[in-house]
Amino acid sequence: MAKQLIKGNTAVAEAAIRAGLQAYFGYPITPQTELLEHLSARMPELGRAFVQAESELGAINMVYGAACTGKRVMTSSSSPGVSLMTEGLSYIAGTEVPMVLVDVVRGGPGLGNIAPAQGDYNQIVHGGGHGDYRMLVLAPASVQEAVDLTALAFDLAEKYRTIACIMLDGSIGQMMEPAELPPMQSLKTEIPDWAVRGAVGGEKRVLTSINLDPPAQEVMNLRLMTRWQEIEANEVRYKEYFIEDAEYVIVGFGTAGRIALSAVRAAREKGIKVGLLRPITVAPFPKDILEKLTDQVKAFLVVEMNSGQMLEDVRLVVRGRKPVEFFGRMGGVVPFPDEVLTEIHRLVEGPLTTEGHPRDRWLAQLAETLG
Amino acid sequence: MALTDVPTKLIYERPEVLDPRVTHYCPGCTHGVAHRLVAEVLEEMGEVENTIGVASVGCSVFAYNYFNIDFVEAAHGRAPAMATGIKRVYPEKTVFTYQGDGDLASIGMGEIVGAASRGEKITVIFLNNANYGMTGGQMAPTTLPGQKTTSSPTGRDVERQGYPIQTAELLATLQGSAYVVRRSLHNSREVRRAKQAIRTAFEVQRHNLGFSIVELLSTCPTNWKMTPVEARDWIEERMLPVYPLGDFKVSSAVADLEI
Repeated sequence: MAKQLIKGNTAVAEAAIRAGLQAYFGYPITPQTELLEHLSARMPELGRAFVQAESELGAINMVYGAACTGKRVMTSSSSPGVSLMTEGLSYIAGTEVPMVLVDVVRGGPGLGNIAPAQGDYNQIVHGGGHGDYRMLVLAPASVQEAVDLTALAFDLAEKYRTIACIMLDGSIGQMMEPAELPPMQSLKTEIPDWAVRGAVGGEKRVLTSINLDPPAQEVMNLRLMTRWQEIEANEVRYKEYFIEDAEYVIVGFGTAGRIALSAVRAAREKGIKVGLLRPITVAPFPKDILEKLTDQVKAFLVVEMNSGQMLEDVRLVVRGRKPVEFFGRMGGVVPFPDEVLTEIHRLVEGPLTTEGHPRDRWLAQLAETLG
Repeated sequence: MALTDVPTKLIYERPEVLDPRVTHYCPGCTHGVAHRLVAEVLEEMGEVENTIGVASVGCSVFAYNYFNIDFVEAAHGRAPAMATGIKRVYPEKTVFTYQGDGDLASIGMGEIVGAASRGEKITVIFLNNANYGMTGGQMAPTTLPGQKTTSSPTGRDVERQGYPIQTAELLATLQGSAYVVRRSLHNSREVRRAKQAIRTAFEVQRHNLGFSIVELLSTCPTNWKMTPVEARDWIEERMLPVYPLGDFKVSSAVADLEI
């Protein structure tokens, strides 16, 4: 199929349809709305379920119901809407039914703004709803990658009976780029054994997240965690750029990773041996490659469009063995490659330290820059 | 004449779809009656194997233990949204929610209004016992003016705590509602009427006529601190004036239904 110029949100929506999406429930919120709009036309046209819900609470609980039938089901929202959805996400995780969530991240906290950001990292990767659960989180850096990860998200969600989230920076959702869409898959016809369908022949199924007996709940928690270990062992995805001889490595995901790549290329032209590690799965986090790079490099630079949320995951792996510095912009401000290049120069020029916290140095620096 | 020679006629039998176990409901509570009516209706309609129930949060949180049908358990108030998700992928199946008044009329008001206004082809069995039963008898949106609860210890003061929500009347104003009625479970005559209404509500769904809900006035002797008999009388004397029984919405298509 030929490439076409297509907006990220629309591309993900169409990719989901072609991956066999059977039901979508959502609520309008910028910068995600084109996704819902595209599906509002396409889903009924194909005879598939689409509901614009009364709220994100309604939407996620419609997803919950449809997910209990074992169908391919998805919702999408943006940061404040995802906050409302976290209740349902916890129930869905607690019931072990698969679904795909698209979070087109915007500036926050609160209403914030509608500019691109990565401030939902902690919410999506480390938290969100109550109780012990994890979501599988994919972070594309281009429209094409978003398209490719959409089908994968459904496959992984079903394979592990988990929530798969596509964390799409607002910039990827809003940006138009050439991308090739996959061919149309036929809808899946088999129903998973656990799914409700009506107790045919008296064989009754109950799907619930309640477990009043603590030891029984612990067995369930253990099952979730064992499954997460399996995901960590098998589903880590990342992309390396100029890593082989790198003395310095930038770690960045999504849009920040893409901007960092421009800076890395510019630095390479000046003969600086710098590379980029771009996690594609931020959960599971690519720990092994980072561990390997800790032996190889002189220092790391983490670049994010937030106050250093993934930074803590990097520091947990590096554990003070090599200096880790941080550069970020917040509130919907997107960094320029030149800003990242300046940080690369700062790294190379030194002095480097493993003392203190990189966030403190960055904040001091940022305060100076912003006056 | 030996006792075995006496001609017998079976007039009462447990519906097969109800699991023969002791429920967790308090003595004198009418949840059991409502369960039985739903079970009888689904059996009589031959819908048992074609039904998916949505339990809610409250005293009926474990409703799925008592029905031998497929069930899912919703978050507090969200049962109509969950039912929407199921019904939209399985339009040919019978989908119903079973909700209490705290669940439906307080935390879940958004979801029930959304579902009714969209005309979701689901059936809602709504038990109104004028308080939060499971958490120990707190004030609900349905609590009567002056009614003492654990969170309105001097009686509901409408100046400070507002007025009861008449759910059936409210939902009847929505165009997507096809069948909205209130019945009561406080005596055998009303129980029979309640069953007819539940049957009609499920028929509305079967015929794709729109959203259907049966509000059932229900006793809560434990939290009302009454004997079961006193509780029945309290419905008659105190609840009926605030929550009159009746049909608040019967669409013309529903009126034409022959059951």
